[in-house]
Amino acid sequence: MTVGGWLVMLFSVGSVTALFLWCLWKVLTTKNETERIHGFEGEPEDFRQDRKDSLR
Amino acid sequence: MASEKENWSSRLGVILAVAGSAVGLGNFLRFPGQVAEFGGGAFMIAYFLAFVLIGLPVCWVEWTMGRAGGRFGYNSAPGIFGAITKMMGARFLGVVAFVVPVCIYMYYVVIEAWCLAYAVNYLRGVMDFQRPEEASNFFGSLVGIEKDGSAFLVDFEHVTVYFLAVFLLNFILIYRGISKGIEWFCRYAMPTLVIVALIILVRVLTLGTPDAEHPDRNIDTGLGFMWNPSKVFLEERAAGEDGAYLTDDSGAPLWDEAGRKEVVAAASVEKARALAAANPETYRIVKKTVAQQLKNPDLWLAAAGQIFFTLSVGFGVIITYSSYLRRRDDVVLSSLAASSANEFCEVGIGGLISIPAGVAFFGVTSLAAMGLGTFGVGFTVLPMVFAEMPAGMFFGFAFFFLLFLAAVTSSLSMLQPGIAYLEDSLRINRRQSISILGFVTAIGGILVIYFSAGLRLLDTLDFWVTNLLMVVLAFIQVVLFGWVIGTKKGLVEAHKGSAIRIPRFFAFVIKFVTPTALLVIFGSWVYSSVLGYGAAGSTPTVSAKVKDLFIEPSAVSWIAVLMIVLLFLFGILNVPRKTELRQTIQKVEEKGEGL
Repeated sequence: MTVGGWLVMLFSVGSVTALFLWCLWKVLTTKNETERIHGFEGEPEDFRQDRKDSLR
Repeated sequence: MASEKENWSSRLGVILAVAGSAVGLGNFLRFPGQVAEFGGGAFMIAYFLAFVLIGLPVCWVEWTMGRAGGRFGYNSAPGIFGAITKMMGARFLGVVAFVVPVCIYMYYVVIEAWCLAYAVNYLRGVMDFQRPEEASNFFGSLVGIEKDGSAFLVDFEHVTVYFLAVFLLNFILIYRGISKGIEWFCRYAMPTLVIVALIILVRVLTLGTPDAEHPDRNIDTGLGFMWNPSKVFLEERAAGEDGAYLTDDSGAPLWDEAGRKEVVAAASVEKARALAAANPETYRIVKKTVAQQLKNPDLWLAAAGQIFFTLSVGFGVIITYSSYLRRRDDVVLSSLAASSANEFCEVGIGGLISIPAGVAFFGVTSLAAMGLGTFGVGFTVLPMVFAEMPAGMFFGFAFFFLLFLAAVTSSLSMLQPGIAYLEDSLRINRRQSISILGFVTAIGGILVIYFSAGLRLLDTLDFWVTNLLMVVLAFIQVVLFGWVIGTKKGLVEAHKGSAIRIPRFFAFVIKFVTPTALLVIFGSWVYSSVLGYGAAGSTPTVSAKVKDLFIEPSAVSWIAVLMIVLLFLFGILNVPRKTELRQTIQKVEEKGEGL
């Protein structure tokens, strides 16, 4: 690998790692943030309702 | 103290859930394939610029528009676009966000099945390959790469049975309720996947030169192939069928640009230079600087496409999920956290595993010419890494099984926009929507498995959807946000409930830079790769996928395009009704909850 290659790799890997760690720190240190942060993890509300209806 | 600890563990659980929901096949399998195709450092430069100037802005735009649209009671892009812009024509633009995830699901579920097949075969103990050819033959046979229909065999070593299992599993999960399972996966299995991947990464970086007979095949060369900004190629004179060297009309020699070989290791470069110096009539050395490589519009389109795929932007997924958020939920940090987790897994782990290992086992030339399709590289290379590891069979099983689970969560999220669209437009319930979508995607998935020769249907769908439709959707969204809603108003909406503020210069980026960048990338790709015009001094090359449609027409490529067109027609014919949309907008605005 050339010097340029090392620089591109260190910058690329370093910057994404730093950004990820900063986001972790921000979420962990901001009050009530975990109640307001979301991914695609949740079950949509309409489906929850639909399921409840079908269980009745 | 105990409650503080509990609080931190719960906080960490939440962020892992956010990160876990975003990580998928794109990080570990698609990204290496793209880097292998477009080669190295220049791709990474385009990739990072696309991340900052296109990916992140579009991500924030989508989360914000989705959350705002949810207040109008719509969960799919046609209704959301119409409601927040109050332009009835915007409903039709939103159809792209229905077509993209449905199309991607059709082939994504097949790749999910490959992951399950690999996990099962690791458990069966049949994956202890000694030579790279054994690994590529296994993959080729599993997916039916040689001949259409050859994967339609019901046994452990062909994809069909796994496809049926995965397809059923996805629909059972989404039909019966998935919330707990997905949360569990995201909190525990995803971090385990990252740990397993990190162990594999350590093994890859310590591989050295696995085959002493091929000293040029080593990790240093692999890292160079992946990251070196400039490229050196050995090119041979083009020869006719009779073996005679070809010349152009002016008598200048013609060179075989398509067949040129990249040389990476210092020793290989020296050897190639010596060969060219000794035989100047037959060989020449061509050096491609970063600037020259960046002139290739295909590279930019692929870099932007990978950013879209990995961040799930221009996909229709974010806009649907964020439409279920509450008014004060944080969209800015949510999107940044998910994106950064994705990038960490993709660049920091995924990219450092498959490509360097691929070069170490197969060599630069073979890796670039494998013809394994966008997703195939990881499936061929990783088994060789596992074969070189202590407890390799266990790690092979763990990696592919966890990747399979990650893919399940991603594919379920891909179904959601389609389900929401059918609910919004046809006013049917969720289970009816799931049934319709299940029928349509089953046909698509079966076609992808049947037309398996060279993985052409899968690759063609991936190409047109990722490189064309996702770019178009991203452009539509950023223009609606920046020019129709207005950046100022849009950013005020984005900052509601947010723990961080979007840096001010992104207002300028969203309004001017992102749409211009998307237009330039797309326009130059059409100019060069579709119309075949070249810039001064460069050779115009029509994209292989365009050739497959118009120059050397392939029925399979046309089937892929027809699938996309049919979905568009269905989407356009069923957009939410104008009168209903207007009434909804009026009601929400009367309550003071409009945008």
